[in-house]
Amino acid sequence: MNSEDRRPAGGDPRNHRTGSDGQERAVRADGGTDSDIEATIRENDPALITYVTAGDPSLEDTKAYVEALDRGGADLIELGLPFSEPIAEGPTIQAAINRALEAGTTPDGFFDLVDDLETEAPLLVMTYYNMVLQYGPEADVRPFVERAAEVGLSGIIVPDLPAEEADPLRAACDEHGLDLVFIVAPTTEGERLETIMSQVSGFAYVQARLGTTGARGDVSTATHESLQRLADYDVPKAVGFGVSEGDHATEIVEAGADGVIVGSALIDIIADSDDTAEGVDRLEAKATELKAGAVRGTGDGRPDPDAPEPEHP
Amino acid sequence: MSTDDRDADPTFGDYGGQYVPEALMPALQELEDAYERYVLENEDGFMDEFRERLREFGGRPTPLQRADRLSERYDREIYLKREDLLHGGAHKLNNALGQVLLAKYMGKERIVAETGAGQHGTATAMAAAHLEMPCEIYMGRTDVNRQRPNVYRMRMNGAEVNPVDAGSATLKEAINETMRDWATTVENTHYVIGSIVGPHPFPKLVRDFQAVIGQETREQIQEQAGRLPDSVIACAGGGSNTMGTFHAFVDDEESAELRSTDDSSGQSPREHVGLYAVEAGGSSLEIDEENALAPNSATLSTGTDGVLHGAMTKLLQSGDGQIMESHSVSAGLDYAGVGPELSHLVETGRVTPVSVGDEAALNGFHRLSRLEGIIPALETSHAFGYLEESHGDLGDLIVVNVSGRGDKDLETVLEETEKRDLEAAPDVEVFDGE
Ligand SMILES: Cc1ncc(COP(=O)(O)O)c(C=O)c1O
Repeated sequence: MNSEDRRPAGGDPRNHRTGSDGQERAVRADGGTDSDIEATIRENDPALITYVTAGDPSLEDTKAYVEALDRGGADLIELGLPFSEPIAEGPTIQAAINRALEAGTTPDGFFDLVDDLETEAPLLVMTYYNMVLQYGPEADVRPFVERAAEVGLSGIIVPDLPAEEADPLRAACDEHGLDLVFIVAPTTEGERLETIMSQVSGFAYVQARLGTTGARGDVSTATHESLQRLADYDVPKAVGFGVSEGDHATEIVEAGADGVIVGSALIDIIADSDDTAEGVDRLEAKATELKAGAVRGTGDGRPDPDAPEPEHP
Repeated sequence: MSTDDRDADPTFGDYGGQYVPEALMPALQELEDAYERYVLENEDGFMDEFRERLREFGGRPTPLQRADRLSERYDREIYLKREDLLHGGAHKLNNALGQVLLAKYMGKERIVAETGAGQHGTATAMAAAHLEMPCEIYMGRTDVNRQRPNVYRMRMNGAEVNPVDAGSATLKEAINETMRDWATTVENTHYVIGSIVGPHPFPKLVRDFQAVIGQETREQIQEQAGRLPDSVIACAGGGSNTMGTFHAFVDDEESAELRSTDDSSGQSPREHVGLYAVEAGGSSLEIDEENALAPNSATLSTGTDGVLHGAMTKLLQSGDGQIMESHSVSAGLDYAGVGPELSHLVETGRVTPVSVGDEAALNGFHRLSRLEGIIPALETSHAFGYLEESHGDLGDLIVVNVSGRGDKDLETVLEETEKRDLEAAPDVEVFDGE
């Protein structure tokens, strides 16, 4: 499949090192920009964001799977660095994390994998705060962020780090030009919402429903309400937690999201496949389905940001 | 120095904080608000009702008993704070009753809790039945198997018990699963956490509900012995029993400043009360880094700083940050973390962390049972193991908190005793009918 084929009509060619949305962004030491993630989502709107756990069932397989997702149309790829106590995850990702830990996945192995990967899609690391703190001799976030920047990661998501506790990580991410993505939950409202939205960079991760990660059969109404609360904030919004099918992606994009995040449904494929080759084919096909579903959502019903204000008589 | 308990402050020195998924943050804010209003300011008479219920339903105050045989054995005054006589058989009811009542005042409709030894689960199930609240309890499969009597008791009181199979299937995994439940149901559910662990304000809230242990002890010992004790000993899992017992004594410290003032100043130096947190030394204090296994639960003695279950605290973890599987013969101490306030008090030198292994705890269990007619929980038995080893260094007047009674542990004790040659044990073979 030619990479041109999977872009929504009119989309710009991707180059995650250069923003092309006309916004001014600080140029990093490596020549990149402050937010390749935000630029990527805006350029590929609606963006497909995929998650897999690194090391499930081995780092080698993860490399093949990530490349398959990249070919299939993922615009951003989250890689989970496994932590033994994943309190935000449901059974599917918990099991993937256990498999990865049993396979001996370490932070260094993880970073080496990222270093080795050549994807068009920018990569983000998703992990828990203790893993960030312990990479280095003392409990300090900086060595982790430094290494993340070195291997070319574009951003970090830490589900157990609320905005209130994020100052040290925020500072380190700013210093190294990494985005720090925050989750907005169905319970996030009022002042908390403002605090988070003032901290978000890259995109706002809109949690589709209360609870943990895990593929579901429907799109929660909480998604629509959350997107409405966020409508006035000028940051890309991507919806995750429970998305498993192209039709969900359509519905989510119709509701106003700029991106769709899928994890557990991909892990299910990895866990069910007889071998890596089968997994690779199925993941690529799944990514294509999800991306097409998302693009379908840009048809009727989706608010067009460039449309002139409707005239009222 | 004193423990930092400015109430709005989510930290104790470097420890504490709120490291939880975003979905739970509004619930923590709501709880902070309820803590300040009801617990600290007694709004709507909350604390009056709590104390009244502790008295009538719980059976407080519990006695401070002089232990004659132990006093004789160690040639010093040994007093026992009898939390095993609290309703349910452990100190855990103080906190469970407080939190279930608070949940009612907050208008919550459902309770979830985790439990290790089962005593917190039992206490929560009792409080929930007493206050008419639906209640669901998560318990590691390993603990379900070694604490069956408590599983029955919880179910008798109408609670649902959900076994958790992940990891070593003990307390840590039960907490993970309860947090997941809470993250799904947070809008109408309160999580009754069982120790001084978790995100702010739980460590302060639980400590305040447990502080009654030390407040009573302080009054009772002054009345009965005419002075404050030289040492107070309590076992530490998460740390609610220790902080509950220690809190009223934290400021009883001979400060360097007072010590250097001569008598003409008219100020007499404060009495110094030594505070000893006894952790589970398990089978060894050595750690198997490669397999991320700690054959102990001695977090304060051997742990390093990190974030687990919502707080920055001391943890048993690998160099990479993976939490280790811990071990103790007692289910209630078998936890790789510990309360942030206790970590802070250890860091500042106010609390002394010590540890006692499985075998010394089992001996402590048998010794107390034989000498004093009190069958202690295996958790508590660690404190008596430490008393046996170190009484010579603890002064003339010692208080030990009997955190719970040991009925729940009889099967484990028989099994573990049979494997060993314990000096304090009776002949356990006769228990098999020989
Ligand atoms: C009788 C008893 N003592 C002590 C503990 C240890 O917990 P904590 O350190 O929170 O008091 C437990 C926990 O289940 C217990 O049941």
